[in-house]
Amino acid sequence: MSSTNEERKPVAIEVQELRKEYSGVTVLDGINLSVKPGEIFVIMGPSGSGKSVLLRQVAGLETPTSGQVRIDGMDPSLEETRDKVALALVFQSGALFNSLSVFENLALYLREHRLHPEPVIREKVMSALQMLSLEKAVGKFPSELSGGMKKRVAIARALVMQPQVMLYDEPTSELDPTMGATIAEIIASLRQAIAVTSVVVSHDRDLALTIADRVAVLMHGRLKAEGTPAGLRANTDPEIVDFLNPTINLDNPRFKNLEAANE
Amino acid sequence: MTIFIRFFDNIGSLVLLATRAFSHLPSIGRQSARVVEQCYLIGYTTLPIVTILSFFIGGVLALQSGISLQDFGARQFIGTLVGESMARELGPVMAAILLAGRVGSAITAELASMKVYQEVDALVTMNIRPERILVLPRLIAVMLMMPILAIIAVVVGWLGGAIVCKYVGMIGVDWDMYFQSLKQFLTVGDVFGGLLKAEIFGVGVVLVACNTGLRTRGGPREIGLSVTQAVVQSLILILVLDYFITKALV
Repeated sequence: MSSTNEERKPVAIEVQELRKEYSGVTVLDGINLSVKPGEIFVIMGPSGSGKSVLLRQVAGLETPTSGQVRIDGMDPSLEETRDKVALALVFQSGALFNSLSVFENLALYLREHRLHPEPVIREKVMSALQMLSLEKAVGKFPSELSGGMKKRVAIARALVMQPQVMLYDEPTSELDPTMGATIAEIIASLRQAIAVTSVVVSHDRDLALTIADRVAVLMHGRLKAEGTPAGLRANTDPEIVDFLNPTINLDNPRFKNLEAANE
Repeated sequence: MTIFIRFFDNIGSLVLLATRAFSHLPSIGRQSARVVEQCYLIGYTTLPIVTILSFFIGGVLALQSGISLQDFGARQFIGTLVGESMARELGPVMAAILLAGRVGSAITAELASMKVYQEVDALVTMNIRPERILVLPRLIAVMLMMPILAIIAVVVGWLGGAIVCKYVGMIGVDWDMYFQSLKQFLTVGDVFGGLLKAEIFGVGVVLVACNTGLRTRGGPREIGLSVTQAVVQSLILILVLDYFITKALV
């Protein structure tokens, strides 16, 4: 790693005319985004709108069919970029290493890159675990953790990297509302604590409108709206209004046939 | 046409994987713990089944050839036949086939599930090359363990043949005659040729297993399919390589 922890500063993310196809099916089309250094940018959208695919392009795990993603002006899919920019991705599933304990999961990055001697690594790992109230889980394996704890361990694992960019894929999915709120608080407080550029992919409206500096709404692989949470609330586009204010219609005519079939 | 494309795609990705893995060779000193762990999995856990199978292969070979050679009055050459067959062919091939079935399948299952459950992606985002920590230690371990497994397979096969020759009445070749004829025609070159085969088969099996695992996409069903695919490809690779190496050695 060429950059030391002390040099690390939040960086900007640019997405230009991004298009992604899988076997001829267009999943993302004409996406243009700009995330400022230190900003919390939330990408919302219904299931299947392409949010996670977009995040994978930003993380450099996949390359776009056309268009480009730039982090601090560099292509994130290149190894050299990862040498220069510390980028952490918190996966929806946590993606913890099942054969390693919580401590080893967190220490892996520091050990592999030989960033610190072992006592300093221990100190940094314990400090990240303390920040997320996970001290008691230090010796446990991922299979022994609850869903919420796995998410917090995944965030802690990202934290020890002292990232310049934090990407979160559905950080509150499969969590109860209280745990979801805790995760939202953690994301917001990390921006203050470690000065990081954050991109959060979520379909959790409350999370997005509470913690975001700016929000983008993705629908059918295209960017439908972008702006501040207040601006998004004021948006009058019926699709955006429906997405932000879903209603439960118990008399939906689509389901009348089901009732008839059961009678 | 698709089959040809897939064939060359597989060959290409195998070569790429090997190149990328060996490019991290200077870091192997730091990965000694992983290499030792893989040596245990590849060598120690495969040893019992290699021993049992080789013993009975040697025995069956002696039994079959003993009866036939007796008809020609050439039973004193049983030791040569069993010795040469085990050293040049059956020892390395059997060790490799067992490696593919026992270790290759386990490697594919582990790496495929790491891939499917995004652990490999997590490594990439942490700027840790999967080839360095997942593939290279396994390749080094198999290179260390495979000659040992092959030697044990060969020696146990010889012993199996010797025991059958001595204790099966209709063959009736004693140990002295058996080992005398084994030593008479067997050369160091035969043994080294067998070890070379074993080394190449072992590297091939581990590369196929790692490559198939790391290319897995989908879910649990695809993990199972990948394991089957890796074992089948490994077995084909072993036999194809066997032909060409034998041709080059004779």
